[in-house]
Amino acid sequence: MSKYTRRDFVKAAGVATASAIGILGWPIGVQAKTGNRSKVVVIGGGYGGATCAKYIRKLAPGVDVTLVEQNKEFITCPFSNTVIGGIKRIEEITHKYDKLKQRHGVDVIHDLATEIDATKKTVKLKSGKTLGYDKLIVSPGIEFVWNKIAAYDEKASEIFPHAWKAGPQTLLLRRQLEGMKDGGTVIITAPADPYRCPPGPYERACLIANYFKQHKPKSKIIILDAKDKFSKQPLFINGWETLYPKMIDWVSKSAGGTVVRVDTKAKLVENDTGFTYEADVINVIPPHQAGAIAQKAGLADKSGWCPVNQRTFESTLHKDVHVIGDSALAGEMPKSAYAAGSQGKVCAAAVVAELGGLNMPEPSYVNTCYSFVGPEYGISVAAVYRITDKGIAAVKDAGGGSPKDVDDTFRNMEAVYAQGWYDSTVADMFE
Amino acid sequence: MKSCNLNKRLRSCLIGTACAVLLPVIAQADELSRAAMLSYTCAGCHGTNGISPGSIPSIYCKTADTIEKALKEYRDGTRFSTVMGRHVKGYTDDEIQLIAGFFGTYCNEKIGIKK
Repeated sequence: MSKYTRRDFVKAAGVATASAIGILGWPIGVQAKTGNRSKVVVIGGGYGGATCAKYIRKLAPGVDVTLVEQNKEFITCPFSNTVIGGIKRIEEITHKYDKLKQRHGVDVIHDLATEIDATKKTVKLKSGKTLGYDKLIVSPGIEFVWNKIAAYDEKASEIFPHAWKAGPQTLLLRRQLEGMKDGGTVIITAPADPYRCPPGPYERACLIANYFKQHKPKSKIIILDAKDKFSKQPLFINGWETLYPKMIDWVSKSAGGTVVRVDTKAKLVENDTGFTYEADVINVIPPHQAGAIAQKAGLADKSGWCPVNQRTFESTLHKDVHVIGDSALAGEMPKSAYAAGSQGKVCAAAVVAELGGLNMPEPSYVNTCYSFVGPEYGISVAAVYRITDKGIAAVKDAGGGSPKDVDDTFRNMEAVYAQGWYDSTVADMFE
Repeated sequence: MKSCNLNKRLRSCLIGTACAVLLPVIAQADELSRAAMLSYTCAGCHGTNGISPGSIPSIYCKTADTIEKALKEYRDGTRFSTVMGRHVKGYTDDEIQLIAGFFGTYCNEKIGIKK
């Protein structure tokens, strides 16, 4: 058994305080500069923030961690397409924060972070409360860039739902699909890269088609895309041909897929050449940027996203503020739930290392995403990442999509594992 | 098993001073290590500490030898997998050993379950 050890870091890094780190994972006696217990505040209780909060406590139970999240319940974006497609109820993708407190001692405050003072190291909340921190982790997800598609603003999203943040919008799109006549047309507009959940729009088309196939078989789905290729493309197209022949039309950017204007009264969208498409249900997924608090706190650059040291996720614009998840510019990692969780763990290690005066081990990151082509037909994409001179990069010859030529059993296994992936990623945040 | 004994000794030595500084919410914390960093990437699918709540197989309480052998077989394609083969190709032999060691020793040390 001697060849297996979890103590490689101590040996490799030759940290002087190694014996003090010991079994408790935290150097005894190391205190924050303030003289009190170290304080970490995490803004945003999604896959990035919740996972990070939990893993900080897992590595260093001596650190106080406060998670600020405006919603009392977490509704996952992953699997929200199954609600839109009528396979699951929204209650099945809704989770509580209780266990973060009970099991991991994370102080969860349901409030909205409105201001960050990176000099004074404080966070102001909507309730008027102010929190001080030694380290701040910002994981606010995405904010939409309203009116980038002309006339598509928050009000318009009540008529043409985006359903790209799970919750009422998910249910609105579901209701519209239920109310649509057989033989109707649905438009999904897919944004240009980068955006949250690259395979999401195409999985959504699949699960809407699955619903139509059973209940409204004369209906059609048109995807208007602002790009010429997309995630898991050959796998999706193969799935569409197999399960939903002639039901889904994909219009690439080159073929006129870029939507530049919407008209909610006329129920149409217009592309960049002036051509209009009418439909009964229109799902507009607008372009996004880093979450509102990241923008307000000056953590985003001109791209709209937050530049970070990709080893530690510390902002390159503000010291002691780390940005993870969809808001961060994380090299080759996609904006996905799994990637956010993976970044949360790397960030947890970086924060614990810095607070404890330890060397940070070499980071390791993974992304794994499943998509449903049908309820019993799953596909996946995976990647293992390392830190390089150019930032986070995928290991060549590893990862990739599901194989193209496999039987139904394989696809079915991946659908079963998709549910397992869901259960585990949620458990990794809270349990 | 040497490290286990060392752990016990350390625990009893430190417990007096530790209580003042640490909240014992979790019985035992993870050590900040390369092995933890690598193994944390598995937890997204296999569950925290390798304890899976759903259809993806758990990996806790398997021996390190079993895990190492399985991972190498996935990588070489001699064992069937849907996605594991694609993952394991991203790790070196040394890294596979660290991951196997992390989960392989988790059983006794971390969650008090006897192999």
